[in-house]
Amino acid sequence: MSDAAIRVQSLRVVRGGTPVLPGLDCEVPAGSVTGLLGPSGSGKSTLMRAVVGVQQVAAGSVEVLGLPAGSAPLRSRVGYMTQSPSVYGDLTVRENLEFFAAVLGEPRDDVMHVLAVVDLEEFADRVVNRLSGGQRNRVSLAAALLGRPELLVLDEPTVGLDPLLRRDLWALFHRLADGGATLLVSSHVMDEANRCDVLLLLRDGHLVAQATPDELRASTGTQDLDAAFLRLVEEQR
Amino acid sequence: MSTRVTLAFVRRILEQFRRDPRTIALILAVPCMLEFLLQQLFGRDSRVFQQVGAPLLGLFPFIAMFLITSITMLRERTSGTLERLMTMPLHKVDVLAGYAIAFAVAAVAQAALVSALAFGLLGLNVAGPTWVVVVLAVANAVLGTTLGLFVSAFAQTEFQAVQFMPAIVFPQILLCGLFVAQSEMATWLRVISYALPLTYAYDALARTAANTFDARFALDVVVIAACTVLFVVLGAATLRRRTD
Repeated sequence: MSDAAIRVQSLRVVRGGTPVLPGLDCEVPAGSVTGLLGPSGSGKSTLMRAVVGVQQVAAGSVEVLGLPAGSAPLRSRVGYMTQSPSVYGDLTVRENLEFFAAVLGEPRDDVMHVLAVVDLEEFADRVVNRLSGGQRNRVSLAAALLGRPELLVLDEPTVGLDPLLRRDLWALFHRLADGGATLLVSSHVMDEANRCDVLLLLRDGHLVAQATPDELRASTGTQDLDAAFLRLVEEQR
Repeated sequence: MSTRVTLAFVRRILEQFRRDPRTIALILAVPCMLEFLLQQLFGRDSRVFQQVGAPLLGLFPFIAMFLITSITMLRERTSGTLERLMTMPLHKVDVLAGYAIAFAVAAVAQAALVSALAFGLLGLNVAGPTWVVVVLAVANAVLGTTLGLFVSAFAQTEFQAVQFMPAIVFPQILLCGLFVAQSEMATWLRVISYALPLTYAYDALARTAANTFDARFALDVVVIAACTVLFVVLGAATLRRRTD
């Protein structure tokens, strides 16, 4: 995994006068499902926003698929799912996806394809506001999948989903990675760390560790990733 | 600039309207009700109704579209959909053009209906052609839309956005010449009046009603068009790909 889909160097982001990311270095291997883990407020969303090019950056560089993050050619190659479902609540699932597909210049078949992928076909003509939180989240995920992007940046895609659906989605993420895509997936639930190829552990804007789950367990001498995270944080104090 | 993206926005906004029949009913019915009240209050053949009826009809779309646009755009900013769109291959102009066209379509329906009522049933008469009144009403709607897009950047909540109506629209209505002719205003008020776009929108409508298509009417039209372009440029400047 020498090829990096995302390369972050000395990234500094300041929001409202406080440095959220004081100077971050990390890499996301191409073709991997990389988990971005850490407690809420650790800078996960900010890092993801920087990767998709919507975050004002104070210093440092973010390179995505060999290009500066946010540059025009990347806009049809990167799919992004924000933390809160960023879809239009007053439209149906299908109308939402057809709108985003039209903006991306993707054919309508793609709408049916992503609906099937997130298992929402039977809700296609339901108004989004009438759906449950988890279903709304999946509409938002479906919109990110439009156009089969090479890089998917998913901010807490499994929040509020039942365990069965969560398992299905992680299986989907791996299928997409097997198909050549790179996924950066954030979560604050440690038990999801096990499902990732690579982990980036973030705390207070600092990278605590970048390793595979196995490496992490081996280096900390514990089977439990939650305990591993704790141990790493204690060590750094 | 891409027509595909612009049309996607037009379609989406009109679909949002269609899913909200109550808003459609309000957009269409409220100006009719107000025009009717004005006629009943002053009388069919009164000078007030005959003089104010047409300009009022042409200013409704400005007010309505300003308010609806600023709320729609604010929702786009706060719901994260704008952030998602900003990661997609589109130009800011596509967004602004899509909004302007969609709200112009809504304004055509609004202006056509209230015109049919006022000129047909309520007995409103203008010396100039009525279609010019309708065209000006739609132009004012586009002006209101572009102004709404611009000011939505300065509202963080829907409460604030709603307050922009009395803050930004009401002074323009008071000073546009509808209540007091500009020649009778205190100098400082007249100076402000000349700096406000609605003054020119009102004047164009009043001149159409009086059938005086002179150089001042031409200036009015030029100012309305120039302000629309100005607000599009300012609005584009507030649509930032990268935010804090």
